[in-house]
This record gives sequence, C-alpha cells and structure tokens, in this order.
Amino acid sequence: MMTADRRDQPEVGPAPALGPPKLTRRVRRGSGASTVRHVGLALVAALFALPLYLCAVVATHSASDLLRGVPILPGGQIWANLSTLVKGIPDTPKLVSMLVNSAVMALGVTVLKLALSIPAAYAVSFFRFRGRMVMFALIFVTLMMPIEVRFFPTYAVTANLGLLNTQTGLILPLVASATAVFLLRQFFRTFPLELADAARLDGVGPMRFLVAIVLPLSRPVLAAVAVLEFIYGWNQYLWPLLVASSLKRATVVIGVKGLIGAAQSFAVPQWDLVMLLALVALIPPVLVVVVMQRWFVRGLMSGIS
Amino acid sequence: MFPQRLLPFVLMLPELAVVGVFFLWPSVEGALESLRESNAFGLGSRFAGLANFRAALSGGYLQALEVTIIFTVITTVASMGLGLVLAVQVEQVGRFKSLYRTLFVWSYAVPGAVAGSIWLFLFEPHVGPGARFLGAVGIHWNFALSGTQAFVLICAMTVWQQTAYDFVFFSAGLQAIPLDVVEAAMVDGAGPLRRFWRIVFPLLGPTTLFVVVMDVLAALFGSFAVIDVISQGGPGGSTTTLVYALYRDGFQNGDVGLAGAETVLLFAIAGILLAIQFRVINKKVHYR
Repeated sequence: MMTADRRDQPEVGPAPALGPPKLTRRVRRGSGASTVRHVGLALVAALFALPLYLCAVVATHSASDLLRGVPILPGGQIWANLSTLVKGIPDTPKLVSMLVNSAVMALGVTVLKLALSIPAAYAVSFFRFRGRMVMFALIFVTLMMPIEVRFFPTYAVTANLGLLNTQTGLILPLVASATAVFLLRQFFRTFPLELADAARLDGVGPMRFLVAIVLPLSRPVLAAVAVLEFIYGWNQYLWPLLVASSLKRATVVIGVKGLIGAAQSFAVPQWDLVMLLALVALIPPVLVVVVMQRWFVRGLMSGIS
Repeated sequence: MFPQRLLPFVLMLPELAVVGVFFLWPSVEGALESLRESNAFGLGSRFAGLANFRAALSGGYLQALEVTIIFTVITTVASMGLGLVLAVQVEQVGRFKSLYRTLFVWSYAVPGAVAGSIWLFLFEPHVGPGARFLGAVGIHWNFALSGTQAFVLICAMTVWQQTAYDFVFFSAGLQAIPLDVVEAAMVDGAGPLRRFWRIVFPLLGPTTLFVVVMDVLAALFGSFAVIDVISQGGPGGSTTTLVYALYRDGFQNGDVGLAGAETVLLFAIAGILLAIQFRVINKKVHYR
C-alpha cells in the first residue's frame, strides 16, 4: 500500500484513499479533475505565448498586410523581410554588427564574471585570513545595487576613464558586483573542509586543488552562473543605451528600440521588420533558458538555499 | 583550510579592483555630487548642503515615488498570485509537467526592451491587434493620450515577465515540501483548499518572502527598459518611476547635483530592501 501511495500521491488527487479497494475510484476522479486542469493550464500557456506568436506571424508578412487586418497565420514574407534587415535600413545599425556586439557583450560578461568570481569565492571559502570580511562586506553591498541604481555616477567615471563606446566600458561596469561570488561561495561552502586538509597533507597546493578538485565538482554551479550571466549580458538595455551610443557599437536589443523610430518614418510603418528583429533578439536568451532550464533554475534558486 | 596569507589576497585582487573602480568609486562620487551644485555655466560647482535633496523631494519626484509604489504593489501582487496558482496546478498535474514548466518560464528570458517592443506593437492604437480587439469591445484605446492606459499596459507587460520568475521559485518551494505532511493531512480528511491554506502555504513562507523582495526590486529597478520603449515616462508623468526620473533629470536635463541626490535616495531604498532580504535569507523559517 505504501508503494502504491508513493506512486500516486504526487498528483495530489482530490480524495484521500486508505487502501487498495478505493484506488480505482480515486484514479477515475483524479483523471476527471486532471482533464480540467490540463485544459486550464494549456489555455493560460497559450495566452502567455500569444504575444510571441503574433510577433512571429507579423514578422512573416509585409507591412501593408497589417493595414488590412490582424494576420492570424504565417505569411510568406519572412525571407524578403530578413534580406531587408540584412541589407540595412538607413540610420540604423547593421544586423550582423548588432548580433556580433550582443554576442561579444554577453560572452564577455559571462567569461569575465567567472574569471573574477571563481578565485575570489575560492579565497573566502578555503582560506582563513583577515581580508575575508572585506569580501563579505562587498558581497553584501553590491548584491542589491544593480546598474539601474548606480548608472549615473558610473557613467561619469566611465567617461572620465575614456571608456565610452568601447567594449571595456560596456562590459566592466556590468561585471562590477559580487553577486556571482555569493552564488559560488554558497556552493563551495558545501564542500567538506577535510577535503582541503587532506589535500594539504598530501602535499597538494591550493591552486592544484582548485583546478583538479574544486572546479570539476562545481560544474553545475558554474553552468548555472554562466547561464544567468549570459542572459544578463544579452538582455542589457540601460547601460548600452548610455555607453554604446554609436551605431557601430549598438547591440541588437538597442537596435530593436532604434528600429521602432526608423520604422515609423515610412509611409506604412514597418512593424513587420521591427517584429522580425525583436524575434532575432529574443531567440538566443529564450533558447538558452529552454535548453538549459535545469541550470537556469538552479542558478536562480542558489540565491536562497 | 589552507594556511597561506598572501595567496588569497592575490586571488581576490581582480574582483576587488573591478568592484572598486566601477562600483565603490562611482558610489562615493555620486554621494559627494549630491551635496554640490554646479553653476549656471556648468564650469564649476560649490557646496550646496542638502539643497539638492530638498529639490529632489519636491514636485515631480514625489509623483514618481507615488507611481513607483503603485506600480510595485500591483505588479508584485499580480505576479505572485499568478505564479503561485500556476505552480500549484503544474505540481499537481500528472503528465507533461516539464512541458508546462518550460511554457511558463520562457517569457522571463525575453529582454525587457524587446518584450516592450512587442507589446508596444500589440497595443499600437492604429494597427495593433490588442488595440483592435479593445476597440471591437468598445474600449477607446490610445495609451499615448491616456495616462491610465499607459500605466496599465506597463503593468500588464511586467506581470507577463515576472510571473515566470515567481513560478520558478514557487515550483521549487512546492517540491521541497515533504510529501508525508500533505499525506497526513489527507488522512485526517482535510480538503484540498484547507490543505493548501493550512499546510502548504505556511510551509512556503520563506519562498514567499524571498519572492516579494525580488519582485519589489524588479519593479523598482528593472522596469526602465520597458518604460523607455513604450511610454518614455508619459503621458503626463503617469509612467515615470524613480529610476526613469533619475535618467530624465541626469541625462536629459543634465542636472548633476539633483541626479546625485536621487541616486543617494535610490541607494537608501535599495539598502533597506537589502537588509530585509538578508534577514529573510539568514532566518531559516520552518514552522515546526
């Protein structure tokens, strides 16, 4: 009976059953309720997906189709629209250059964040020294101060350093927070300290211990941090808007906003192109989350565990 | 624990350098700037005491504070409610559980400015499908003219994204609840609703507190992109939040001192939330 319950209970059916005789009845009632549940969930999921669906459909039509009504089914204009985007619209950045800028920014943020955070988190987790408290204070302060809070003075400092419209100026201020140190430290804390002591007694130095033991065992949390940082970097808007104002430096997210303005200046507003570029801009982060969902969720969760 | 004393400092140095230059330095600079006032030609500045704060706390900034609070309350309550209901339903479903999880999580990954662009088109007064639908049911829709409509649009879009985030946390919170507790209540004859409010919801306490803080932060600081794309703070300041007011005063009006004061005020708000969040993280609430 125990095993039967274990198998069935996760579905938390409506009525408690105390023994095998009632099992069939419970399953039947459960499946009736579950059909309603499936229909409800599917409807909500469809509602959530509706903006994305309409965006994708409009991207496959011509702008003038929109004047006649709302297209419900995909049209045949997607390649024509794409080639218009690739050729470029006057006064807007080139598609390829935007995608390269976004990729450099997202990967730059990810790689730099890991490169800075891993040694820092390792230092506070596996060494006992006075400076540890400094790092904890930094973690504490930076954790809740996103770039949206500190962008104004940060812009002044970045400008003074002559880093406007450079990749360095775009990436470094976004990397400047100890959030990833916090996530890594949460994970490193679960390592038994005897492991480090044993390594020390065997004559294994701290750097070899990091590379040979800690990093291989930390793959899940490293993947989680990488996924979070990639999305964080790709999705940035405010900071590149301020720092990467030249057409040459624009990221694809910035490009979408720019294209809205340009599209309005046509006799027929080119919403089809805007929606196509929006689709191009959202596919990489959405794909990363869907494919690496497990790590993404784990990364989000590790903040509270 | 390794005994070295110099090595850990060397390991921490790159992180400390970047945080020092691009986080601490600007923070101190901003705080100092808030106490100074530049002259009419923008060439020099003099000590101004708390004048910038007095200027910040009058007029438009108070309206922005009000907009921010209403926006934060509405989006937090709506996203949490929706996220919790969806998580509870998906956890109880037998088949397709992971499919549903994917269907409810993806919208969080869409860049805010891109999501804003899509919704801007959907509710564009002339050709937008949403606007046409509203027109068909007799609602005269033009968010460029109506402050209420612009505000509602920004709220709806934010909830569309934030619900996905809350869903992830509530799902994980539900999975962590031991099955025996719920089973015991079933044996005692507690109905589904009673089981939820008396047992499941209290056990979700720490998750709920965490989600509240994160939703409030997202509403306070994460909404810039959406507002800039959809309404630029208008019409009539109806969608100007604190962060948007800071952007406008600092970059469009070029008032360095005022922007410095507003930055310090934002820091203070973020600091209070930080303190609350750390209490939430450190307190292991167990209700046993």
